[in-house]
Amino acid sequence: MSLRLSTAPHIRSPKTTTRLMLNVLLALLPSAAAGVWYFGTRALMLLCVSTASAVVAEYLWQKLGRLPVRVGDLSAAVTGLILGLILPPTATWWMAVVGSVFAIIIVKQLFGGIGDNFLNPAMAARAVLLASWPARMTAYVTASRFGVDAVSTATPLARGAEGSYSYLELLLGNVPGTIGETCKLAILAGLLLLLLTRTVTWRIPVIMLGSTAFFSWILGFDPLYAVLSGGVLFAAAFMANDYATSPMSSRAQVVYAAGIGLITVVIRNYGSYPEGVTYAVLFMNILTPLLDRFMPHKIYGHQKVKEAKKA
Amino acid sequence: MSEEKKRLGKVFLNGVITENPTFRLVLGTCPTLAVTTCALNGLGMGAAATFVLIGSNAAISMLRKFIPDQVRIPAFIVIICTFVTMVQLLMQAYLPDLYESLGIFIPLIVVNCIILARAEAFASKNGVLASVFDGLGMGVGFTLALTLIGMIRELIGSGCLFGMQVMSASYEPMLLFVMASGGFLTFGILLGLFNLVVRRIEDRRRREAARQ
Repeated sequence: MSLRLSTAPHIRSPKTTTRLMLNVLLALLPSAAAGVWYFGTRALMLLCVSTASAVVAEYLWQKLGRLPVRVGDLSAAVTGLILGLILPPTATWWMAVVGSVFAIIIVKQLFGGIGDNFLNPAMAARAVLLASWPARMTAYVTASRFGVDAVSTATPLARGAEGSYSYLELLLGNVPGTIGETCKLAILAGLLLLLLTRTVTWRIPVIMLGSTAFFSWILGFDPLYAVLSGGVLFAAAFMANDYATSPMSSRAQVVYAAGIGLITVVIRNYGSYPEGVTYAVLFMNILTPLLDRFMPHKIYGHQKVKEAKKA
Repeated sequence: MSEEKKRLGKVFLNGVITENPTFRLVLGTCPTLAVTTCALNGLGMGAAATFVLIGSNAAISMLRKFIPDQVRIPAFIVIICTFVTMVQLLMQAYLPDLYESLGIFIPLIVVNCIILARAEAFASKNGVLASVFDGLGMGVGFTLALTLIGMIRELIGSGCLFGMQVMSASYEPMLLFVMASGGFLTFGILLGLFNLVVRRIEDRRRREAARQ
């Protein structure tokens, strides 16, 4: 008989990492389908390449580094697919490969693998691609499905474009943008699935969207347009609430999500980039350990007076 | 004599590998990150720092019994400044292009902590010949590290090596690597790799020593 010693928690939840990642993959499917519907086979190719190279990169790294091969937990597939969805449909296959490999090897594995990365891997990879090939990463085209031909154009966020697309167009996604971010309806469906399966909680996505709308309104912009255009909704549903890079206590989550909204609005309207959600998420990712430290969980039965005395 | 030679060789290799200023001591990271956007800049910066290191180590070693302990740091700085000024004037005269591209980082060699660290930790305690070898070893270690970082960043970030196009024309340079963030990335990854290799070698040596 072998006696096993283990630390708490002893009660196991049926929610394994694989199960959660599978939920995320399922939730991403509507967005992926909408992207392929609007942007055609090129979008499909990009999604396949980014997902496959993320999985292969993780497998090879773990195999060659003689680490336990955990590629089966699907987290690499999720990272790869998300990265594909935040690429513009005009991106080249090698950009997808470089982005995925960067996300997996440098952002995730070099810092200790799943759960230890301090940045959202896909978001960091997007920032790297944006810095490396700025022209290619911002070469947006109109959705080719209903037009005669794909025409290169600015996103609905470019200055002066406010109001040039109707809310319905933004909701359905017949607008220029990255592969996965345009169809808000598909993203909402995915978010709903994540909430219903309790894969994520409502706090971060809802507060992030609310803060984006609120700060846009304060600064005199159309709050609904702000939420429905660009990548805010996609980031709120699939990226800001990444377990490893968002704070744990509910108070800290509120600050974190509100901060993303504020920074996004500021960069959008006063920065030199049309969309700022990438940097907003990355910035708050970096602040996460600090937020966790200053706003920890209230421990049951622990009194505030004691805490103050200790400190 | 051969004993002496061995000792000097050890001092030299100490600077290149065991106590490589960039990858082991992590000193002088400011020029390391700032000037290594291309290999030639790294090489030039390394060479300038090597010259200053050898000169200042030799001078400080010669004067070590003369300099009062209480004012040694200002004295060291004055000596280092002298050599940096020499390098600056020489570069301005003979390598104007390199002088232009290194810019403020040449006068900043004065505050490069490798040089002050070697003055304090080695030259002020050892003889002239050993100090010269220490300066040479540290300088070569620094130069090799900077050139390597510069080569990687130049190759990926602009598709060139030492200013010559080596990647095919269809290669689109990954601009990140000539930016500051690319410098940090390259530096960090090389730092990790260097320490991994050195640790492996040391482990093996220890195991062999234990076996004997």
